[in-house]
Amino acid sequence: MNFLTALRPIAFVAVLLVLWQIGVAHEPSHLLPGPWGVVGGIADLVRHGLLLKYVVASLFRVTWGFLLAAATAIPLGLIIGWYRRAEMAVNPILQILRPISPLAWIPIAILWFGVGDLAAISLIFIGCFLPLLLSAVNAVHGIPEVYLNAGRNFGLNTRDLLTRVFYPAVMPQLIIGLRITLGVAWLVVVAAEMIAVNSGLGFLIVDARNAGNRYDLVLAGMVLIGVIGLMLDTAMRRFERIKSVQWGYSEN
Amino acid sequence: MSLGEAAAARQAWKSKLFADGVSMAFERDGKDTPVLENISLEVGDGEFVCLLGPSGCGKSTLLSAMAGFLTPTGGEIRIDGEAVRGPDPRRIFVFQERGVFPWLTVEGNIAFGLFKLGRGERERRIRYYVKMVGLEGFEKAYPHELSGGMKQRLEVARALAVNPDMLFLDEPFGALDSITRLIMRRELLRIWEAERKTIIFVTHDIDEAVQLADRVVVLSARPARIQQIVEIDIPHPRDLSSRRYLELRDGIFQQIGLAHKV
Amino acid sequence: MSAVAHPGKWERFFWPIVATGLMLAAWHYSVAWTGTKIFPSPHDVQKGLAELLRKHLLWSYLGDSLRRVVIGFGLACVTGIPLGLALGWYPAVNRVVNPVLQLLRPISPIAWIPVSIIFFGVGDGAAIFLIYLGALFPIVVTCVNSVSNVSSVYRRAGRNFGLSPAQLLAKVIFPAALPRILVGLRIALGIAWLVVVAAEMIAVNSGLGYLVIDSRNAGKRYDLVVAAILLIGVTGLVLDFCFRRIEGFKSVRWGFFHST
Repeated sequence: MNFLTALRPIAFVAVLLVLWQIGVAHEPSHLLPGPWGVVGGIADLVRHGLLLKYVVASLFRVTWGFLLAAATAIPLGLIIGWYRRAEMAVNPILQILRPISPLAWIPIAILWFGVGDLAAISLIFIGCFLPLLLSAVNAVHGIPEVYLNAGRNFGLNTRDLLTRVFYPAVMPQLIIGLRITLGVAWLVVVAAEMIAVNSGLGFLIVDARNAGNRYDLVLAGMVLIGVIGLMLDTAMRRFERIKSVQWGYSEN
Repeated sequence: MSLGEAAAARQAWKSKLFADGVSMAFERDGKDTPVLENISLEVGDGEFVCLLGPSGCGKSTLLSAMAGFLTPTGGEIRIDGEAVRGPDPRRIFVFQERGVFPWLTVEGNIAFGLFKLGRGERERRIRYYVKMVGLEGFEKAYPHELSGGMKQRLEVARALAVNPDMLFLDEPFGALDSITRLIMRRELLRIWEAERKTIIFVTHDIDEAVQLADRVVVLSARPARIQQIVEIDIPHPRDLSSRRYLELRDGIFQQIGLAHKV
Repeated sequence: MSAVAHPGKWERFFWPIVATGLMLAAWHYSVAWTGTKIFPSPHDVQKGLAELLRKHLLWSYLGDSLRRVVIGFGLACVTGIPLGLALGWYPAVNRVVNPVLQLLRPISPIAWIPVSIIFFGVGDGAAIFLIYLGALFPIVVTCVNSVSNVSSVYRRAGRNFGLSPAQLLAKVIFPAALPRILVGLRIALGIAWLVVVAAEMIAVNSGLGYLVIDSRNAGKRYDLVVAAILLIGVTGLVLDFCFRRIEGFKSVRWGFFHST
């Protein structure tokens, strides 16, 4: 790629920003800020020490909810995927729970955990649990039988078969599942913070609007959410480059 | 091999595997579909036997049963006088679908079955078999960086490294181009002559069977029965244009019901 | 692939019934033993559902939610599919636009609520806009991927037969990409259903999401909260099922053979 083609995305962003500025000037309520207003909003957040505080609060909740879900859902999913009868048994329940927005559990989360971190973490946990469980189940289904047969042929006992064949064979799909689910966790934390707690980037958005229509802060919050979400995704993608899992990501 | 040597070889003949009236049926849509029907076969120690039959006839099923991955619904398979009760590291199955582990390097794959050995011996065997199958310089490579033929050689090396007394090969060269396939056959024969493992080799390629085997077991279409057992009495290396070779090959073609003309 | 032998046909029904029964029993007895007055037992939920039916709230809320999803998802399809196909067709354009899409994607649709309220006020418009946003990104991204993954053999075969670019797109690229696109649309429909519930909890005052939050706020009617949650699950499952029927059509079947 030469220098000019590398510049194109930047030029495109610049055009979008100009259009945004023009659009805002013609917007009747004059509530929406232009790009400069948003930069000012971010500067404001930095000055009040809120930026770091809110980002850390959101990441803290995501980390806990996500890790708790991973620690429970993945082992459970691997077991369910292995035993066909277990899967038959729980499948209908999983299928009914899956389409329920994690936010719909808010009243119950608040009932059990009160308004606060724990409620938000539990919502993220709920939002991550099913996607992780299902990706673990599918990862087990995706193990080519030939690998297990080969492992058994070389005289491996059950424990060695698990550590030397089963785990490496499910790893590529699990890593993809973890990356996608971290994206889900990031979607949920923002929404949960808008309702269930009073800190974090989601709270920032709702609070900035309610307390005096500070739309520059609303949009600053959205930009931060986008940037951090993208960074999380990029960080997770690094795991997919590990040599011993790359085989799972060929074109087919 | 002179006639005298052949006679001596026959005297030394020792039974390795004995399939005793093996039958197999799979349940499909609530009905039992027979796949193997009353197969009886004895294979000698150090013998190279090809199971030959049309695609989907059940020859791979028979091989899987011999290796202990499937249990026959009727009859019994005995190896060294013992009934087969499951897979065993003394007899290794080389898989049609490329059974090399994609998450391990070439070295890691060859070392896979060597976990009971000490480190020095393990290293020694890895070096030996890497060299034997011509993968020097690729020790640290992952399978997805290798060609099809290299992966196939790697799988054979992984099998040989545990020093099994039997090898089961399920159409191992089926996916290779014809030149690589010829080279691989020569390699396999070289290894077999050096190590004298008992080899049972499944193929649907008549030429391949006649080039490789001591005996060719011709199976019928599903459900598979033994149609004929052809002894290939040509010493290695075999001349593929000799009268005897063409005679045996055409005999099998006729047996299967094909006039050998294009 | 599994550790044990093939389960029989009867087990298809036996195990789910056992598991569901066990779960209901565990729920019932844990409510009974803890003696909670707030959290409902399965029986309370059943009564709650009956009450919703009697007051004609069930069908009207369900209808509101479905209407929003259908409109929002439909708009996302109408705009997202052509956009995605175009971006997949012109990789150079995609390289320019993609960074912006990647930046917008991690933003929860719910975070757009303040902005959407400026444009649409509190009401259907705002909720539909959020659903539209939630469904749009997955649709665009799958369309881009589906088109760029169409085997170049198909493209060459099409050109070999003298097809114009427009014909190539209509007769080769689109049908070849269709199976993957449909999978993406089904996932997007699932997301739309997640978003509508969340949006209704904040931005409007009807629909199943509103039922959840309203039942709690107006008198801690947790029996109705749980009833609404169950309704959301069952309806989402039915939506998914209906969409799967479309994937069953003959002309797109080939793409799904290997995935199952």
